Amino acid sequence: MGKKRSNAGLLVVTVLVALPFVPLFLWAFAGEWRFPDLLPTEWSLRGVASVMEPGGRVLGATLNSLLIGMAVAVASVAAGTPAGMALGGYEWRFKGAVIFFVLLPILVPPLASTMGVHLTFIRLGLADTAFGVFLVHLVPTVPYTAIIMTSIFAERTGEAEEAARTLGANPWQTFVHVTLPEVVPGVAVAGLFAFLISWGQYVLTILIGGGNVVTLPMLLFSAASGNDPVITSSLAIVFALPAVLALVVALHFLRSSERDGGNGFVGLGKVS
Amino acid sequence: MGGRLKIALLLAPALVVIGILFAGGLVSAVVQSVGYMPAIGQTRVSLDAYREVLSGGDFLDSFLLTVYIAGVSTAVSTVLAVLAAMTLRRSSGRLSAVVFQLPITIPHLLAAVGIALVVSQTGLGARLAAALGLIGQPREFPALLYDRYSAGIILTYVWKEVPFVALVVLAALRGVAGELEDVARTLGANTWQRFWYVVFPVISPGIVAASLLVFAFTFGAFEVPYLLGRTYPTILPVMAYNEYKDVELSARPVAMAINVLISLFTAIFAALYLRLARDLGRG
Repeated sequence: MGKKRSNAGLLVVTVLVALPFVPLFLWAFAGEWRFPDLLPTEWSLRGVASVMEPGGRVLGATLNSLLIGMAVAVASVAAGTPAGMALGGYEWRFKGAVIFFVLLPILVPPLASTMGVHLTFIRLGLADTAFGVFLVHLVPTVPYTAIIMTSIFAERTGEAEEAARTLGANPWQTFVHVTLPEVVPGVAVAGLFAFLISWGQYVLTILIGGGNVVTLPMLLFSAASGNDPVITSSLAIVFALPAVLALVVALHFLRSSERDGGNGFVGLGKVS
Repeated sequence: MGGRLKIALLLAPALVVIGILFAGGLVSAVVQSVGYMPAIGQTRVSLDAYREVLSGGDFLDSFLLTVYIAGVSTAVSTVLAVLAAMTLRRSSGRLSAVVFQLPITIPHLLAAVGIALVVSQTGLGARLAAALGLIGQPREFPALLYDRYSAGIILTYVWKEVPFVALVVLAALRGVAGELEDVARTLGANTWQRFWYVVFPVISPGIVAASLLVFAFTFGAFEVPYLLGRTYPTILPVMAYNEYKDVELSARPVAMAINVLISLFTAIFAALYLRLARDLGRG
């Protein structure tokens, strides 16, 4: 009985989760869709064409978003993994204070700090550049990767490393051959989340990029403020793709550690 | 020995990034909020910006709207998440994981665009209402975007945050709460007694921690209200952004003062959350 109710509940939740995607997909391929028709009366590929246009704005913006996102993912993992190792793998004094400091940019909106550094960025010639945008994207992503890696390292006991050292491996060999292979799935998930956070950034990009660094969220925002749902929806679907792909990959990696309920912290609704 | 040095070296890259770009940026925001901007020839330090912000009615309106949106979004999300988790806990773990992870992974901006196309006066909801004969014209459908109740904003946040809170609750339910509940059932407790005296005390710290995070986030978030909100009053981050975009450089200290106040407020929630999370870890 409880099982039946549970499945009915899952159906309701699935419908509610899917609901906002329904008009997006319909509009993206709609030619004519007047009120009060439930479905478009004509279909068209105008939206697809606008997205695929060779040398067009959408392709350029997608490329910018991809490049910045990948650079952010790599840099965040590079900075967050050792931090996670220190926070999760060892006990030391003032650890609580450092965790607070690392978590702060996740909890305190990075809007204030970004406006704060803007003047300095202008003076250093970093404003209006993709590199400047890359730098401010690190503010929300480095804490994320550090926290994800902390939980990964906290679950490890260090016994395998000890065995390797006993058998004569040096610290570097131990790290490369024992520690690294075991934390790679965590690193992949952390990198994916860093990429997604960067991919979804609007306000940090517009503040530092000043409209010169055009990423997908810029185009989606101006389309959404306008009056053409076909273009808006086509852009939105392109914008959704990495999130959906990442979800598939992340779920694959998280399957092994499903017992801890997917560690809710990983998915904080901050991916925006 | 080298232990301390090793820890310091491991932490260095992350702390440099956070220290310079985040903490440095905040310090710079505080400095600019008191009017110290040598770059434009302003070196007199004063609290004028704070006085201006706090004495004007605009700030209070924005503050109340921000608290309202964050508070209602958090409360609705939390209640729905507990209900969803209680209902779904016996269903397939993998399936519900996929369904819940999707809104968590989707950017807020995208969620706002999708929700807008559902709840606008010519949206999917209005079309369904028309098909059912409930309305004849688009304007007969309730205005849920750019409205005084910020319905579209709250709906977007609820859609995004319910799954997040629900996953936290599900994790707690699938752990010790389930076993304790079985014991209570064997001892003859009814459904309500089992929930109130056994399950709820176990899951409540997780619920509080998750809702604190949601509140802090919705309090400081920018995109959704910027897209779906009215032009006045706006939430505090949008107000700060509008002041910042003002061509008059004299508006800068005001923008920074609002930013500093937002940061102070959310930092209090951060401290509360971490305290709770630590107690949770110990318990």
